[in-house]
Formats: sequence, structure tokens, C-alpha cells
Amino acid sequence: MEDSRRERDGAEGGAGQADSAPWLCRFLGPAESMVAGVVVRLCGYSAILFVFAILFFVLREAAPMLFGGMDLVEFISSPDWRPSSEVRPQYGILALLVGTLSVTGLAMALAVPLGLGAAVYISEFCTGKVKETLKIVIELLAAIPSVVWGFISYMVLAPLIVDLTGAPVGVNLLNGGAVLALMSVPIIVSVGEDALKAVPDSYREAALSLGASRWEVVYRVLFPAAKNGLLAAVLLGVGRAIGETMAVLMATGHAVQIPRGLLDPICTLTATIAAELGETVYGGPHYRMLFVIGLVLFTITFFVNLIADIVVKGIRNGQRA
Amino acid sequence: MIANEPAASAAASISTRNLNLWYGDFQALRDVSLDIKPGIVTALVGPSGCGKTTLLRCFNRINERYGNVTTTGQITIFGKNIYDPDVSLTQLRKTVGMVFQRPNPLPISIYENVLFGIRSHTRRGEYSRRERDAMVESALRNVRLWDEVKDRLRKKATQLTLEQQQKLCIARLLPLKPRVMLMDEPCSALDAEGIERIELLLQELRKTYTILIVTHNMAQARRASDECAFMLLGRIVEHDKTLNVFLNPREKETEMYVTGRYG
Ligand SMILES: Nc1ncnc2c1ncn2[C@@H]1O[C@H](COP(=O)(O)OP(=O)(O)OP(=O)(O)O)[C@@H](O)[C@H]1O
Ligand SMILES: [Mg+2]
Repeated sequence: MEDSRRERDGAEGGAGQADSAPWLCRFLGPAESMVAGVVVRLCGYSAILFVFAILFFVLREAAPMLFGGMDLVEFISSPDWRPSSEVRPQYGILALLVGTLSVTGLAMALAVPLGLGAAVYISEFCTGKVKETLKIVIELLAAIPSVVWGFISYMVLAPLIVDLTGAPVGVNLLNGGAVLALMSVPIIVSVGEDALKAVPDSYREAALSLGASRWEVVYRVLFPAAKNGLLAAVLLGVGRAIGETMAVLMATGHAVQIPRGLLDPICTLTATIAAELGETVYGGPHYRMLFVIGLVLFTITFFVNLIADIVVKGIRNGQRA
Repeated sequence: MIANEPAASAAASISTRNLNLWYGDFQALRDVSLDIKPGIVTALVGPSGCGKTTLLRCFNRINERYGNVTTTGQITIFGKNIYDPDVSLTQLRKTVGMVFQRPNPLPISIYENVLFGIRSHTRRGEYSRRERDAMVESALRNVRLWDEVKDRLRKKATQLTLEQQQKLCIARLLPLKPRVMLMDEPCSALDAEGIERIELLLQELRKTYTILIVTHNMAQARRASDECAFMLLGRIVEHDKTLNVFLNPREKETEMYVTGRYG
């Protein structure tokens, strides 16, 4: 049953292609439908165009600093980001990079167990109304705008953290990590649940009929069988967390420093760009350095996505074998 | 509970009394009272949709996976009511093994497939490496698969041919030392030669296990079973020695079915 469902989905996917849209042909003659085909194809290719256009634009703004003018060693190794210093502006990215990585790492440490746990629960341990309700709620969670998450971190989490830990400020690494975790959980849950759902039911029955408990089915059968899909879910969560801007800007306190603990305020790559671009002089070194940071972000997310992609391909090949 | 019914026969390995089963409001089993004897092969035949798979899946309680199943009546296996609250599903399924219609080896190595069940039932490290190897070898030899796969035990089981997969599915029950084997059309995915070899295997296994096999293939039921139960629309119509069912059926419906004028 599971198999046939997947085949059907595949067939629907195929029907989306330009040259096999029969409903189009009913209204259009052969010449028009050829035009329609070309239009649809162009829409498809435009995605590639946009990616390159964005890359080109960012690169163009960054280029004067990137290829001369900037101190690469300082950029990579200095924790000092003092772009508006009168005496000597410094453009060290280390603190920002550590900020991004630490808040993302913390977010994943919270979101992965929570997200995968929820995915397992929804896919394996609940049925009917509960399942439908949970799925809808998770989708709603994914639809909350990031500035609203920012509010929540500011108004709810921050006072809570101050109360519980006695920290001087509630906007810090912990707060940012928690908010990012909440924001990436929905994507981890929904992709993870899809991955678990794609495991044929016959595997579950095989394991159960050999006396495995439902929990054993999860970790001895489903996790190995769905590991690529689950890894892709995690990587998509990572991508979400790295790229997030507004909520982290509001949640992390925006202090350029290498955090020494969970309660230190931090600053991320994304938040820096968002907060500072407006105050820079167009074409000035500070302006251009923000674009260099943009390139760094672009590179990071590119690799995260690339890995996710390779992993997802691995799933498909695995299924064919 | 059921005062004027004969008590579950002590000699039977599986017996059901007044078993009814509903999927939602659809009744798939009606008042099934059946005794399956140990040490023989019992075939369960009947037209498509009559409830054979459903009945089989009651015996290891795997039916309960579906949320909408309601069961009434009694099933005892070796004298124990399997719906008693103190019955452990794990233990029940260790005693009552199941082979599915489509071979369903797990997507792990051949070796690990054979040991999958036993790993659920023992603590880590309870068996030494050598004991595990021996278990795998003996299980695979018992189903006549050892020679074909002994050089690739670490390969994924899903890469085997369907016949090999089905044999593996039988082999992986053996380390658990089950007493009953439920087989739901185990040959339906196989070619003629595969069917012959599986039937041969059944003949060897019958000495040790109570075997209940669902089949659509009348010739197979005749060849491979000692007793035969005929089902129709959720009821057991007739249950007798296979020869009697085929040559000398008591009920009109049975006769029509076994002579091929039905379903
Ligand atoms: N999960 C389910 N939910 C609802 N109805 C079901 C379910 N499984 C089976 N049924 C219905 O119960 C009846 C008996 O099904 P069952 O699979 O036991 O028949 P069968 O005798 O094994 O048939 P076949 O020979 O085709 O395998 C059928 O009418 C079927 O539609
Ligand atoms: Mg069936």
C-alpha cells in the first residue's frame, strides 16, 4: 500500500512537466502549447538566473574590499569588529562567526532531539485526530513570522532567563539558541516525519512480528532505514538557523564578543548585516565589508544545502537499490 | 463467558472460540471457532476478502496496530488466552512467528536479519560471537539458504531474489524457537520452482512446528497440508482432513470452491 502511494506521488510529480500537461493542450493549439512550454521552461531556468544574479550583485559590492583593501588575516582571526572606530576601524569576523556557530549549535542541540522526537511521535505513536491536529499546529508554528519570534524572545524568554538564572540581561546566547530552536523545530518535524512515513510499513510489521517493541522498531528499523531523510531534516534545520536574522538580532543582545558561557550576549553574521547596513556610507569600506560577510554566509549556506542535497540523493539511490 | 461451548481443546495448539472482529463497523470475522492441531500443516483457504489474513493476524495480535479493530471472543495458544492482561506481546510473537505475503526482510544485512528477533529477546552480549555465528548458520541451513549466501552474510538482505528473501524470512524465525508459524500466502510472489522448494521446506518444518498456511492455490493446499479450513465471508465453513475437504466436502459452498466454481 505504501509503495503504491509513493508511485502515485511520483506520477503526479511527472505530470507537472511542461510537455505533459494535457489540460493545457485542451485550450491551446500546438503552436501555443509550444510557446507555453517555453514559458514554463524559462520560469524554471529563472531560478538559476536569480541565484547567479544575487551572487554577482553581492560579489560586485564586496569586490573592492575583497580583492585588496582588506586585511585577510585580521578578517579571519580577529574577534574585533569595530567598523565605525574613528581611530582605526577593525573588521574581524571571528566573534561574529563564533556567534553564528554557537547559537546555531545550541539551537540544534535543543531542536534536533525535540524535532526528531516529535516526528517519531507523530509518525509512529499517534493516529487520527491527534495526528492531524499536531501536523496543523506544526505548520502554523512554521508560519509564524520571525519578528514575532523576536517579540517572544524579548518579552517572554528574556525575563524568564533573568528570573531563572540571575543573568544581568536576558537577551543572550541562550535566548537566541532557544528561539532559533523553536523556529527550526517545525521544519525538522515535517521533513523528518516525511522520511519516517516513507519507510515501508512492511518493515514495521516484520520487526513487530519478531517481537520487537514499538520503541525498538523506531531505533532498530526506522532510524537506520530513514537515516538520510532524518539527516536532511537536521541539515535543513541548520540552514534555517544560520540564515535567520530578525529573531536572533532581537534575542541575542547584539554584543560583539566571543561568548564564554550560555548567558553571554552575542552577535551573529546575519544580525550584523541587518543592523548596520542602514548606517553605512554607500560604497564605503564598512558597507563593502558587510557584503563580504554576506559572501561568507552565502558560502556557509551553500555548503549546508549541498550536503543536504547529496544526502537526499543518497536516499533516492538507496531506494532504487 | 461461553457456557455451552466446548472448552478450548487442550490438544490444540491454537484454538479460537466465538471470535468476532470488526474493522470499524465492518465485520471481517464472524463467530470463528477453530482448533489448529500441533505438529501438522493446516491450510486456510477461501475466496479473496473472506478474512484469512485477518484471522492469521489475530494469532500474533499484530492486527492491533490498526486503531479501528475491535475483537470479541477467545483465542488460546497452548492453553493460554492471548488476550489475558499478563500476556506479553513480545513473548507471544516469539512463540508465534509470522511469514508475510510479500517477503519483507529488513534493510539490514542477511546476518542481522537472522538475528533481529533474538536481539530483541536477549540482553546485549548474552550470546558470544561464535554462538551468534552458529545460530545464523543453522537457521540458514534449515531453510536451505546457507550455501547460496554464506559468502555475503554482510550484504543487504533486500538485494536477494524474492525466493531467497522469503526463505530468509522463514530463517529469521528459527533462532526464536517458535512453536507456531503463521504463513500468509508465502509463495504468492514466487515462481513455480520457488514454490516447489518452499513446499519442500514446509515438509521439513512440519515436524517441529505447528504450521498454519493461507493459500489461494488449491493444488498447494492439497499437496502441502494435512488439514484444511475453508472460510467464506468471515466464517469457517468447514474444517477437516485435507483429503476430506477436497474429495468429500460436507458443505455445498466448500465443494463449489474446491472444484473451482467459486471465487
Ligand atoms: N485494515 C483494514 N481496514 C478495514 N478493512 C479491512 C482491513 N484489512 C482487511 N479489511 C477487510 O476485511 C476483509 C477481510 O480481509 P482479509 O485481508 O483478511 O482477506 P483475505 O481473505 O486475506 O483476502 P486475500 O485472499 O485477498 O488476501 C476484506 O473485506 C477487507 O476489505
Ligand atoms: Mg490475505
